Amino acid sequence: MEAKQIINWLQLFTDKVGENKAYLSDLDTPIGDGDHGANMARGTSEMMKAIEEKNPDTPTEVFKLAAMTLISKVGGASGPLYGSAFMGMTKASMKSDDLVTILEGGMSEIQKRGKSEPGEKTMLDTWSRVIESLKDGSLTEEKVKEIAEETKEMKATKGRASYLGERSIGHIDPGAMSSSYLFEAMIEAGVK
Amino acid sequence: MKKIINQTDDILNEMLEGLSYAYSDLVTRVPETNVIVKKNISGSKVGVVSGGGSGHEPAHAGFVGTGMLSAAVCGEIFTSPTPDQVLEGIKAADDGAGVLLVIKNYSGDVMNFEMAKDLAEMEGIEVETVLVDDDIAVEDSTYTAGRRGVAGTILVHKILGHAAESGKSLAEIKEIGDKLVKEIKTLGVALTGATVPAVGKPGFVLEEDEIEFGVGIHGEPGYRKEKLQSSRKLAEELVGKLKDEFNWKSGDKYGVLVNGLGGTPLMEQFVFMNDVKVLLEEDGLIVDFKKVGDVMTSIDMEGLSLTMIHIDTPEWTEALKAPVTTIAW
Repeated sequence: MEAKQIINWLQLFTDKVGENKAYLSDLDTPIGDGDHGANMARGTSEMMKAIEEKNPDTPTEVFKLAAMTLISKVGGASGPLYGSAFMGMTKASMKSDDLVTILEGGMSEIQKRGKSEPGEKTMLDTWSRVIESLKDGSLTEEKVKEIAEETKEMKATKGRASYLGERSIGHIDPGAMSSSYLFEAMIEAGVK
Repeated sequence: MKKIINQTDDILNEMLEGLSYAYSDLVTRVPETNVIVKKNISGSKVGVVSGGGSGHEPAHAGFVGTGMLSAAVCGEIFTSPTPDQVLEGIKAADDGAGVLLVIKNYSGDVMNFEMAKDLAEMEGIEVETVLVDDDIAVEDSTYTAGRRGVAGTILVHKILGHAAESGKSLAEIKEIGDKLVKEIKTLGVALTGATVPAVGKPGFVLEEDEIEFGVGIHGEPGYRKEKLQSSRKLAEELVGKLKDEFNWKSGDKYGVLVNGLGGTPLMEQFVFMNDVKVLLEEDGLIVDFKKVGDVMTSIDMEGLSLTMIHIDTPEWTEALKAPVTTIAW
């Protein structure tokens, strides 16, 4: 795992979020306050700006810079959640360069911050199933897409959407979708 | 919408500039941040930091000063401050004895403040948190898991600020805080919705002769709409609900805070306080502390909230009555 590769990963993620900004906000409208796309697009482009300026040269430094810019620029609840994810990856990357270990580090911080578990129709559902598939070698871009789509039929029990209860069924979770862009980008960048 | 503003994007910055200019003898703005910090932090005392979205003035910057908050972190209007801003607040307030964060129970606030706690700990600053959830109106709201944190937060600032000023340790203050928040409860009533400047129209609309009980400080739905009633009737509703929660009996000791939501004149707040007084006297309560005024507002919302604190120990009364140097207490 090299810093350059991680930067490429984050650039592809930023591109995907930018291209799907309106779609992410649309997903957020029925179950949240409709600003997930705008917030994530602003946050990720600020993240790339910071990376270009500081030119970090280790994976840990890249993750750390991503964490700091995401938490300060995204806002709302997504800022702390994505920020926590990257902070967890920062900490894990100090001890290991194994991708699964690093992603698990990110996931456990999301769980801690959001006080949630997989199965509650949140971004964690993407994270947990991507990590599972990575472990058994079945992870592909198609698989990532499927995983996010599958949150559609789930009932939300955590997060803003949970106040809608049954009415949350039928909507893809915006955080699960934006996380799927992160993992599609990871595969495209060839991060292993 | 009729408001004295320039560009809506500039409101937070311009408000903080105006505030720190007007009260330059009491507070300063930490450069390049939205943090208002008290002047002359010294003496190795625990820092007490609070904050949240703006639009609740004088909360929170109005309570920065000796004996109350060390710093306030101001977010955008009705939006939690980001963790890096809270971290700046923690750094500004830290004097080596650690920092206590007073957080209102809103999901965004909780996450951003807890994240700031982690960041501060990575920088070697010891941080503890106290979560205020005094609003008894609704259990889960649009913005929270559990009860919301509202005007009772100011009493927490006052008592914990006093504890910090008298040299108590971070662990001691945290313990007082956790005990304290269980004894503070609030309920509000709204006559109108608040207008967020960037939105330009009220967040919710009540008919000319309609009121809503239990509305939150960002205009979150309450528990019942009714026709406008006399102050006495409103007092009966709010005091009655608080009584059910506290389960008080004659001879119990309480403190009372009547808080205006931004658009209700003091005249009406005093009228309401007079009705509250009658009801509490009928129940034989000992009212050891009273306060009336706008402390936790919702921009221009008309209405008020009633906060009561069950005073468990004389130290709390002493803390509530101790002098402070702040803009708004």
